[in-house]
Amino acid sequence: MSVLAIQTRGLTRRFGALTAVDHLDLQIEKGTIYGFLGPNGCGKSTTIRMLCGLLTPSEGTIDVLGQTLPQDAEALRLRIGYMTQKFSLYEDLSVLGNLRFLAQLYNLPGAVSRQRITQVLSEYGLDKLRAQLAGSLSGGQKQRLALAAAVLHEPDLLFLDEPTSAVDPENRRHFWEKLFDLCDQGTSILVSTHYMDEAERCHRLAILEAGKLCAEDEPKKLLQPLTGRIVEVEADDMRTVKSRLQKLEQVRSSAQQGIRLRVLLNPGVQDSLEFVKNHLSDLQMHCQLVNPSLEDVFVQVTRGARSGGRQ
Amino acid sequence: MSKLAPVFKLSQSVKRIQAIVFKEFRQLKRDRMTFGMVVMIPIIQLLLFGYAINTEVRGIPIAVVDMSHNAAARVIEQAVVATQVVEVIERYPTPQEAEKAIVNGEVRAALVFPPDLAKRIVEERALGQWLVDGSDTMVSSALLPLRSMPLSQIFIDPALDYGKSHTTFEVALFFNPTRRAAVNIVPGLIGTILTMTMILFTSTAIVRERERGNLELLITTPIRPLELMIGKILPYIVIGLIQMTLILALGYSVFDVPIIGALHQIYMATLLFIAASLSIGLVISTIAKTQLQAMQMTVFILLPSILLSGFMFPFEAMPGAAQAIAEVLPATHFMRMIRAIVLRGAELPGLLNDAFWLMGFTVVGLMVAAARFKKTVD
Repeated sequence: MSVLAIQTRGLTRRFGALTAVDHLDLQIEKGTIYGFLGPNGCGKSTTIRMLCGLLTPSEGTIDVLGQTLPQDAEALRLRIGYMTQKFSLYEDLSVLGNLRFLAQLYNLPGAVSRQRITQVLSEYGLDKLRAQLAGSLSGGQKQRLALAAAVLHEPDLLFLDEPTSAVDPENRRHFWEKLFDLCDQGTSILVSTHYMDEAERCHRLAILEAGKLCAEDEPKKLLQPLTGRIVEVEADDMRTVKSRLQKLEQVRSSAQQGIRLRVLLNPGVQDSLEFVKNHLSDLQMHCQLVNPSLEDVFVQVTRGARSGGRQ
Repeated sequence: MSKLAPVFKLSQSVKRIQAIVFKEFRQLKRDRMTFGMVVMIPIIQLLLFGYAINTEVRGIPIAVVDMSHNAAARVIEQAVVATQVVEVIERYPTPQEAEKAIVNGEVRAALVFPPDLAKRIVEERALGQWLVDGSDTMVSSALLPLRSMPLSQIFIDPALDYGKSHTTFEVALFFNPTRRAAVNIVPGLIGTILTMTMILFTSTAIVRERERGNLELLITTPIRPLELMIGKILPYIVIGLIQMTLILALGYSVFDVPIIGALHQIYMATLLFIAASLSIGLVISTIAKTQLQAMQMTVFILLPSILLSGFMFPFEAMPGAAQAIAEVLPATHFMRMIRAIVLRGAELPGLLNDAFWLMGFTVVGLMVAAARFKKTVD
């Protein structure tokens, strides 16, 4: 039995002249939470749709849970769960109605269905909302219902397409606790996101841009090469600081965060802090080395070089 | 504990279809608007169309029954045809056969010349009899003036011109002797309302799933496209039958529409038409991207179905091109069937052409819809 939940080779999807996914090679281990990080339109959703068997690849091979796609798509449907980016349950059915409907579609036998519905209702805090129409739920509640619906048939592999885009940070944290619970129970999870804090929680992370894989590793290891290359500058005349730094070819990017400017330097600069200080010596300012974040990694590996405009 | 049971078991398939059917009913129960339309459309339209629209009618297909074998019959017939109101398309040896043809809707009227025609001419009695399908008031009103056609128009010989007004033909109005428009309108309304609701409801029902993103959820579940379609149309078949029952019941009680045909014949004909309409709805649902588009396309089918099917104007009175278009529409065929059954007591075996057309239409529609549906998922 393979330890890989998902394996793709040269996975490609074209829509007319546009190549949405470009020769993607993925190896995703079972029992882990794997993240796709990338901006909108980078091919995250398209990739997930292909991995679910909803979209036929233009090129390349896909192996999901030991089954070949798109040929085995039908059989695979019972083993995967998919939480769509947009809330896709029936807003005019109740919470319970939605879950019952899905249990029937998955042909869960009556007893199993009742037991699973009771279980997910309590697990995802939906017990008191069971009779409420799905359309009247709050963003966080909807998202919990969507997750409950996606795991109702106990899939081995769960796909989550930007699951927390409509949810506040508090709910997002709870949501991730649930994901880790599922992962502990042996479910493999693939989640796409454009939130850095969310990406940081994944066991492994793939950074995608324009359909290509830019980097892939554990979040910590992705951060490593950037250590010592991020300098935060605090100054009165931020505009001058910014314009002066952006002209330097050693500066990969600079982004303002509140009253500070976060500067990412290209590799090869010996002492980052000294380098920045020297170029701003005539200005009133204070600067310090800071730990890299995934956003820095993202800027580093994608082509967004020297785009000072990133917020 | 993943369950790798075969996905293709029939019993499982039936359960999934059942899931869709029940879900659809639950949603309908919530959707007051649609629920109201199911009931209100038939009632309002029925009351509105209680009054008929009259136009000049030409080219009504009739049969001639000549039992006199007299040259005068030939002359009279030519004179009648010369008015252009009628067109002789059949000849029968006996009035009974002509009546049967009227019942089955093959002709709208028959002109019968009795064996003693020569004697009648001499004795100045009525020369023959018109057997008229009175169920369509526009046809019967067009035929009635022929009753008192002056003989001078028929025979050039002035010796035969009696110079006094008298009845040339006797007229027997079948099925609707009092010539009330409602009698013809009500069964026709079944066709119009079913066209409207069946096409609209099915097309929007599937487009709605796509518009609201529900389809995205459904396609990751084990349900197959065909199961989804069957599950989505079954509830609307029930709704269609309810609407038909409602219209007939109202027509019977409020407008005194006679229901001569057998109820099971009515339901069978209606089922055929519902199936054909639903298949149009399904095809639309695979083309339209939004519910608004689905509605526009429905109107595109609905208008000719109202105007050309024979609901508003007698089919025979329309120009050839309009008739050709009308022949394609399921509503035209249903209109003929339902009027024949309800008003004249015809039975399906006598209406096979129309029945087969509806069946063929349904099969083709379903095949087109299923083929197109696959693409929409990608």
